[in-house]
Amino acid sequence: MIGLENWALAGPEIFLVVVAMGLLMFGAFRGERSVEAISWISALALMICVALVVKGNSGTGYNGLFVVNPFNAAMKVLALIGSAVAIVMSRGFMSREGVWRFEYPIVILLATVGMMVMLSAADLMTLYVGLELQSLALYIIAAFQRDNLRSTEAGLKYFVLGAVASCLILYGASLVYGFAGTTSHAGLARVLAEGPPSAGAVIGLVFILSGLAFKVSAVPFHMWTPDVYEGAPTPVTALFAVAPKIAALGLLVAVVMGPFRPLLDQSRQILIAVAVASMAWGAFAAIRQDNIKRLMAYSSIGNMGYVLLGLAAGTEEGIRSVVVYMTIYLVMNLGTFACILAMRRDGIMAETIQDLSGLSRNHPRMALAMLFFMFSMAGIPPLAGFFGKLNVFIAAIDAGLYWPSALGVAASVVAAFYYLRIVKVMYLDPPVRPFDAPMEGVLSGVTFVAAVFVFPFFLVFQSPFLATAQAAAHALFMR
Amino acid sequence: MTIGIEHYLTVAAILFTLGIFGIFLNRKNVIVILMSVELMLLAVNINFVTFSTRMGDLTGQVFAMLVLTVAAAEAAIGLAILVVYFRNRGTIAVEEINLMKG
Repeated sequence: MIGLENWALAGPEIFLVVVAMGLLMFGAFRGERSVEAISWISALALMICVALVVKGNSGTGYNGLFVVNPFNAAMKVLALIGSAVAIVMSRGFMSREGVWRFEYPIVILLATVGMMVMLSAADLMTLYVGLELQSLALYIIAAFQRDNLRSTEAGLKYFVLGAVASCLILYGASLVYGFAGTTSHAGLARVLAEGPPSAGAVIGLVFILSGLAFKVSAVPFHMWTPDVYEGAPTPVTALFAVAPKIAALGLLVAVVMGPFRPLLDQSRQILIAVAVASMAWGAFAAIRQDNIKRLMAYSSIGNMGYVLLGLAAGTEEGIRSVVVYMTIYLVMNLGTFACILAMRRDGIMAETIQDLSGLSRNHPRMALAMLFFMFSMAGIPPLAGFFGKLNVFIAAIDAGLYWPSALGVAASVVAAFYYLRIVKVMYLDPPVRPFDAPMEGVLSGVTFVAAVFVFPFFLVFQSPFLATAQAAAHALFMR
Repeated sequence: MTIGIEHYLTVAAILFTLGIFGIFLNRKNVIVILMSVELMLLAVNINFVTFSTRMGDLTGQVFAMLVLTVAAAEAAIGLAILVVYFRNRGTIAVEEINLMKG
């Protein structure tokens, strides 16, 4: 008897899909006038979905294809918040560029559903379908400014390299299926634990990890990131920097710690190499960047390195540090991109670091917020970013990863150079023409909330975040 | 000589490698890249179906159906992006896609 037990586990996903389809009908009948309503309803739906995820139960359903646990619920909440904020931040930019169309929030909604499905995957099939739903929607979003050469070029590059990554994951999945005889995560964990790992399964694991490294933009699979970040419309870059990264990273953690737990030694070698390379390349390559969106791309590559180091530790503490780091990463990036979206002179986006020159005199509050974000990303105490890095390094050292941790600390010193350079340009260089004032309400709101979170909110109230992260990490270690 | 599982897997591996080379060594045309992606996906499908028949387990064939479906959607989106790119640039030669340098 095949019953669909626990179908309500996917309640948040079903809710979001229904809202997206309803909005699509609404938009199709009402035309472009409906875009305002649709964008607000989409953001609201994402926030309702956060509530549904938080309230939801844990368990396995859909005949073992779908799982909900505190870990993927936490990552889903982060991804949902990222998407919702990205939608509300898009309005000003997209309407000035003439691409404020009703499809935009809907495609983001569908991408978010993809992220949630892949985070909840309990089978390689669910994983693949969720990943593709997310990726296909994001390719469209990258090329959304379709009369702009840069945007379409970004979409094309993202598509080609993203498709290769999906193929790598699939090829790995096929080998794992062939050598383990099952695609379910629980089944894989059981079969792989039985004997010494077969060569086929290890090769499959390597393919899957490479494909996922592509999606989180870890070195040496990062080459799409700077181009896509630079070319895509800025609000889309803001989305790319947070939601898909969080989802792909959550998936990577779930895969490494779930079905491939018996092969942890093998995955750890790959993860350490990738983490060290990402931290180093993210730090060194960013130094010569002039475009702030490209700089943020390298910054995110570096940040992924630190998170992967936490994952490579492979302990409960390591996973906890990953969840905490991603929370802080989400807030810092949203705040920074809100500032970047406000960098506009006579209606044209200013994207170079020199455009920030003397910001402290023209726009003191924005400069102060940027100062917080840059110090936080550089990992200077007592800002939030410091605690993120601290947790990761403590976990890595406890797991005996001394050399990678030392290299990571060195890389973070190098990375501090380019973050501090932005602060120096803002505070010490002579002022250039001010940006268009006033800052849009949504952007200043996001900047303010993010800045307060980075300092002092996180410093004072970090225990609930740590407790949630602890519970999330613990869920992956229960058997 | 009987054709065994290793022959199927070898064919799939060769096709997959050809697909990868088609993407990274190709300097001519983006359409060729789209074809290479399809080649890689089909190589994966050969793997799935081979393992599935070998083990007498239907999961692999179900997976192959899913891959086919997604591949169709992927090709549609890829071509759509290619069309908007061509409208802006007037060419789809791989060498010309260099506005942004990584």
